[in-house]
Amino acid sequence: MTLLKTETGARTTTVTAPPTTTVPDRRRPRGVQSPRPLGGFRTTDVFALSGGLAAALTTTGLLWIQLGPFTGLLGYIVVSWLLFVATYALLVSFDEDRPTMWDRVSTVVVHSLALVLFGVLIFVIAYTFARGARALPHLNFFTEDMRNAGPLDPLTVGGIKHAIIGTLIELGLSLAVSVPLGLLGGVFLHEIPGRFSRFVRTVVEAMTALPDLLAGLFIFATVILIFGLDKSGLAAALALSVTMLPIIIRATDVVLRLVPGSLTEAAYALGCGQWRTVWHVVLPTARSGLATAVILGAARGIGETSPVLITAGATAQVNVDPLHGPMMSLPLLAYTLVQNSQENMVARGFGTAATLMVLVLLLFAVARVIGGRGPGDLTARQRRRRAAASRRDLKRFGGRSPAAGDADPASPVTYPSSPAQGEIS
Amino acid sequence: MTGAAVARPEGQATPERRRLKTNLGLADRVFRGVARGGGAIVLVIMTLVGAFLAYRALLALRESGLSFVTTEEWNPDSGGFGIAAVIVGTVLIAIVAIVVATVLAVGVALYISEFAPLWLRRWLVGMVDLMAAVPSVVYGLWGAFFLQWKVLSLSRWISDWFGWIPIFKVSGVTRHDPLATPTVYTSSTFIAGLVVALMVAPIACSVMREAFSQAPPGEREGAYALGATRFGMIGTVVLPFGKGAIIGGTMLGLGRALGETIAVVMIISPVFVIQPRILENGTSSVSSLIATHYGESSPFALSALFAAGLALFAMTLIVNFIAASIVARSRSGAVSEV
Repeated sequence: MTLLKTETGARTTTVTAPPTTTVPDRRRPRGVQSPRPLGGFRTTDVFALSGGLAAALTTTGLLWIQLGPFTGLLGYIVVSWLLFVATYALLVSFDEDRPTMWDRVSTVVVHSLALVLFGVLIFVIAYTFARGARALPHLNFFTEDMRNAGPLDPLTVGGIKHAIIGTLIELGLSLAVSVPLGLLGGVFLHEIPGRFSRFVRTVVEAMTALPDLLAGLFIFATVILIFGLDKSGLAAALALSVTMLPIIIRATDVVLRLVPGSLTEAAYALGCGQWRTVWHVVLPTARSGLATAVILGAARGIGETSPVLITAGATAQVNVDPLHGPMMSLPLLAYTLVQNSQENMVARGFGTAATLMVLVLLLFAVARVIGGRGPGDLTARQRRRRAAASRRDLKRFGGRSPAAGDADPASPVTYPSSPAQGEIS
Repeated sequence: MTGAAVARPEGQATPERRRLKTNLGLADRVFRGVARGGGAIVLVIMTLVGAFLAYRALLALRESGLSFVTTEEWNPDSGGFGIAAVIVGTVLIAIVAIVVATVLAVGVALYISEFAPLWLRRWLVGMVDLMAAVPSVVYGLWGAFFLQWKVLSLSRWISDWFGWIPIFKVSGVTRHDPLATPTVYTSSTFIAGLVVALMVAPIACSVMREAFSQAPPGEREGAYALGATRFGMIGTVVLPFGKGAIIGGTMLGLGRALGETIAVVMIISPVFVIQPRILENGTSSVSSLIATHYGESSPFALSALFAAGLALFAMTLIVNFIAASIVARSRSGAVSEV
């Protein structure tokens, strides 16, 4: 504090401020360099872009309508895009040198690739909702099961209640297994480094991309064939937890690595043991990241079809007992329904997929709200809450020993009973 | 520090190094034990997956021997069975997927890290994550009910003009045949590969984006200072820096593509012969074989399915290990903390 004032203020005077603690403003992490935005448009760019686009569209149109035996919208788009890139490169090369031309062409290509991927993502989701729109408005779609609904029945009969319930049960059970184990595994990888944990990490990383089907096959081979459990909700939940476990472990490991080392070392310096440090410093600091990791794992698990296909069986009615009898879940129901080519069944299948998509989006929204921030990166509200907490602490400490507060700060504070002091040395 | 060491008089015996012993409390010992136990359980589960597949597969593998790898048909209960056809199908679908997905993923990763406005980036990263979490059945529905019918004309166009390349040939139709039925082009390796590409692109993309955004700002500025265009900077700084991540991310996506099940099942129509023409109706994959046959199987046929699963397991494991080691080696990681 003192040093800062001398440097910024008049250099000759030394201001001695009373010794206070100032909390540094941690809103923006220091020392992080962000790349400069390099954008901007000139008029010629706009001309070249629009000229290229018009030329490509009309040329392709001519090919499609007048000259060639071509048909189909997708082919039209692909061909006109190729023509557009070529024309645009030509137009730019009239004005600019070759490196600039490549720069412009690459910009166009990268933008189109991004447009394709994000466009397809939005379209896939929108298409699911659009095709399911016939089934979704009927309230019975959410309050009935498929017991009485045949393939030819209208959409006013039958629904997906059994699959919603089944999905929630399976998800809950699988989270109950995979969250504690996954967090423990992540803490293990982070806290106890060594050859063993390096090996575990390699195995976990390789298992992240384990085909979901094989997780189902594994549970089928063990739980169902050896232990003789029915095809049931529990078996499906176990299969899902095998799929989710590596995802949660990996994400936990990554999140814990982001906890500032200065915090854990401060805890050690204050005499905390490893367990206390983990429980009181590391995990609370990483809380939002951990929650995000779990939710993203759940979002992945909820949509898995193939492990459930093998282990859960299929039923048309509500089953709330995870131990006995087949249990339906949303992805499996969507898959089963569209196997039937009746129009109403397909609509129901898309409706089911849309419901599943809503659940996934919901989980994502929750993950965005509570997470998406680095450890120690707080919202304004959290900062206010934390400042209030430390004011309360200050008041509490002040009220605890008024005598010590008045005493000379140089003399060590003596506590009435401190048997621990002898042990420490 | 070094100065002090040099100043020490010669000949004097270096003082014995102190042994630092930590006496862990009971709580810490328990904690470390539990954490180790957790790690061991995870390891055991992961090993058991492979072990049980192998154990269950033994029955069938002992029966068929080496012909398991070379036989195309799949009739475990009556006659021969083997994975030659399904493995070829799986690999072809994965190759189509990974070619498309790599192009998309590199483009989008570059877009997010280099081109997109700063305020948009966080959203785009979130969208890529969301795309990785969209259930495969949703992609499958979209592929089977929408994309399949829109791609037909493109498939026909490719096979008309590039049919002289063997993999693009479609048997049974002649060039520009107006009477050719479009159903020859449905349910093909190409369409399945396209859909799988959409599912693996975000996975590869997030690995690449992370590496690209870590490219050192000093080198970027250096490239600009030397007069590079943005493309020149990307080509000389960002891409070389992220080379490991591009390869690793691609392999990671390949591992996923090999094992993708439900979207593939919904699109392809299975055939059990080696079918290298990717635009033509009919292909097969290991995972779709298991997903469609597990129900109606006798114990022996089930064992044969486990053997197929074991082959898939080995394949993805090898690909993933290679990917993980490449990604781990490429990441510099060690950043000093303040």
